[in-house]
Amino acid sequence: MKATHTPRRARRGRRIRSAVALAGASAMLLTACGSQESGPPTLTWYINPDDGGQATIAEQCSAASDGKYKIETSLLPRDASSQREQLARRLAAGDTSMDIMSLDPPFVPELAEPGFLAKPPADVVERTTSDTLDGPLEGAKWDGEIVAVPFWANTQLLWYRKSVAQAAGLDMSKPVTWDQIIDAARSQDKYLGVQGTQAESMTVWVNGLVASAGGEIITAGEEGQDADITLDTEAGEKAADIVGTIGKEGLGGPGLPTQDENSSMIQFQGDKGSFMVNWPFVWAASNGAVEEGSLDKSLVDDIGWAQWPRVNADTPSAPPLGGINIGVGATSENQDLAWEAVECIVTPEHQSQYFATNGNPPSSAKAFDDAAVREAYPQASVIRESLDNAAPRPQTPYYNEISTAIQQEWTPPQSVNENTPKETTAFIEQVLKGDALL
Amino acid sequence: MSTTVDSSTRAPGTQAPKAKRQISDRVRAERKLGWLLAGPAFIIMLLVTLYPIVQALYDSLFSFRLTAPGDKEFVFLGNYATVFSDSLFWQNLGVTLLITVVTVLVELVLGLALALVMHSAIKATRGLLRTAILVPYGIITVVSAFAWFYAFDITTGYVNNWFDWVPGIGPDFNWFASQGPALTIIMASEIWKTTPFISLLLLSGLAQVPGELSEAARVDGASAWQRLTKVILPNMKAAIMVAVVFRALDAFRIFDNIFIMTQGQYGTEALSLLAYRTSIGRLEIGLGSAISVILFLCVMLIAFTAIKVFKVDLAGSGKGR
Repeated sequence: MKATHTPRRARRGRRIRSAVALAGASAMLLTACGSQESGPPTLTWYINPDDGGQATIAEQCSAASDGKYKIETSLLPRDASSQREQLARRLAAGDTSMDIMSLDPPFVPELAEPGFLAKPPADVVERTTSDTLDGPLEGAKWDGEIVAVPFWANTQLLWYRKSVAQAAGLDMSKPVTWDQIIDAARSQDKYLGVQGTQAESMTVWVNGLVASAGGEIITAGEEGQDADITLDTEAGEKAADIVGTIGKEGLGGPGLPTQDENSSMIQFQGDKGSFMVNWPFVWAASNGAVEEGSLDKSLVDDIGWAQWPRVNADTPSAPPLGGINIGVGATSENQDLAWEAVECIVTPEHQSQYFATNGNPPSSAKAFDDAAVREAYPQASVIRESLDNAAPRPQTPYYNEISTAIQQEWTPPQSVNENTPKETTAFIEQVLKGDALL
Repeated sequence: MSTTVDSSTRAPGTQAPKAKRQISDRVRAERKLGWLLAGPAFIIMLLVTLYPIVQALYDSLFSFRLTAPGDKEFVFLGNYATVFSDSLFWQNLGVTLLITVVTVLVELVLGLALALVMHSAIKATRGLLRTAILVPYGIITVVSAFAWFYAFDITTGYVNNWFDWVPGIGPDFNWFASQGPALTIIMASEIWKTTPFISLLLLSGLAQVPGELSEAARVDGASAWQRLTKVILPNMKAAIMVAVVFRALDAFRIFDNIFIMTQGQYGTEALSLLAYRTSIGRLEIGLGSAISVILFLCVMLIAFTAIKVFKVDLAGSGKGR
């Protein structure tokens, strides 16, 4: 009898203990919720992953607000398209925590068109964009109006190995063309650093080539599904010729069909590296690798930089444009405070601090004059010039469709030929009409 | 042995009416208890599975983009027409079927071999052997996919260097740049990961084959191969079919390995990835739901075919009916 009673009692004891524990946990949760209400309003800032720069700015702005608000950061996924997916789903569901968001410029129209983004007050726009460079400012507009505030701006440079350029007889103090660097890679038996994988980087490359050749991938992007696809032009053909030549001749190396920005940097740092189009992060990454001891200092000394290559020798190039704009969600319950916080986040001081510590260039002209920036990035003036000439990617609410279609049609690079622009145009038109899967 | 025979032969004759009433009460009580125990889970299951299925069916009849909520339009079966008339769908279906057939077949053969090894291993090594065989199955699929990806990746991988003596493989061989090699790696990873699961299912089937049958066949002069094909395999047909059904349903829904290794590029996309890219990537809820419904119907078809045509008994010898 005793043997049967003891476990039952023990079970009852366990049940009571569990109930007490549950009640305690609930009480703690309720207290936590309650305490949050009593402090300053918390603004959530959805940030793209970086080296901690945005979190630092969030802390600085929270402190500077004198208890008016507190910014908490929430990390978005690593790649731009996944960031867009999460933001769009939350915004469509009316998430009230969407106070401040770091937005990739190509996806701004898609979020602005259905009214997911709060309209920035005129005085905020005036104060935050007075010295913004032209390229980044264009990327923050939709339908002629500014819908987000430019934070940092990115652009690609032509990175080169001085020794290879010298051996190939190229004068890098003057603008170079794609044909010249293709010839140099051929003659020196080296690989070109380009991104041939089926990802956003492919659209970045194609858009840069088409824009540099004087064309546009689409016009009338605001028409949405009825936008004109203008890829089947001379500019499109020139772009296809460059991508196809690099692919067919194996000039991008054997890894080209799966090569993204990071793997092309690794290839560039190796023995076969020659010329590479890539974002400025490669400078910080290469120097970091030298500090860690995984790369030799002589390699960094051999790296030079110039403007993105030209397609036509007599026309300046239109380099790719990237970066981050800051938007406020239309469903945010603290919009006024959020705009106040945005003003703090995008000050030229914060932009130059972010560039010097995280390697992401400012969108403000004034920030480029900062001494810390010039010290960390000797190529700051080249980046600034590149930002002035940069061309945004197609601005349309259907950017994702257009970009994915280009990625599918232009990869692997060895399959690209003179028919690719025409086929891509037809494919995009079908997809936009809803007649084809993607 | 004799006592059980005795009790079973005595029972129907002497205690039939009483037993019948008792069993009926017991069954009723058991049923009640069964509902009490399984009821809440059943209701939750309905909420979390039936509701999304019905919602997906409803959404699939609309042209609906998440970022254009105002343009929602009823198109009836228009989305299905778009899907079925697109070659991409059929290509993805082909890839999915290829992965399903190849992985299930290879896993079945390897799984059976592993089950036989585990079954005939001496007692002292049995535990260690089972643990060793189960290790891949214990690894999260995403983690194993990354491990395989980094091993074969042209920039970071070591396989190209280790196996450069094999014709066709060298430092410049890009496994993920074309359909054939990429699918081979995806399937190899899938097989490596889930063969232990099949081998466990088969081991339980193997344990149910009476040893006397094998022994009798041996006495009659049957070779090891004959014993396997004529005695052991026919007697574990039920276990084999259960393993095939489980794995086929699983393999047909393959996602993680492809998502991590190739993101579906260069002809490696399976149906579940197409559904994901359409619903989540393009935010085309209507079109994506139509693909999901088709995927669901395919899975139902596999399950139905297995249960009705091949008479797979998932409940195990009719117990619990």
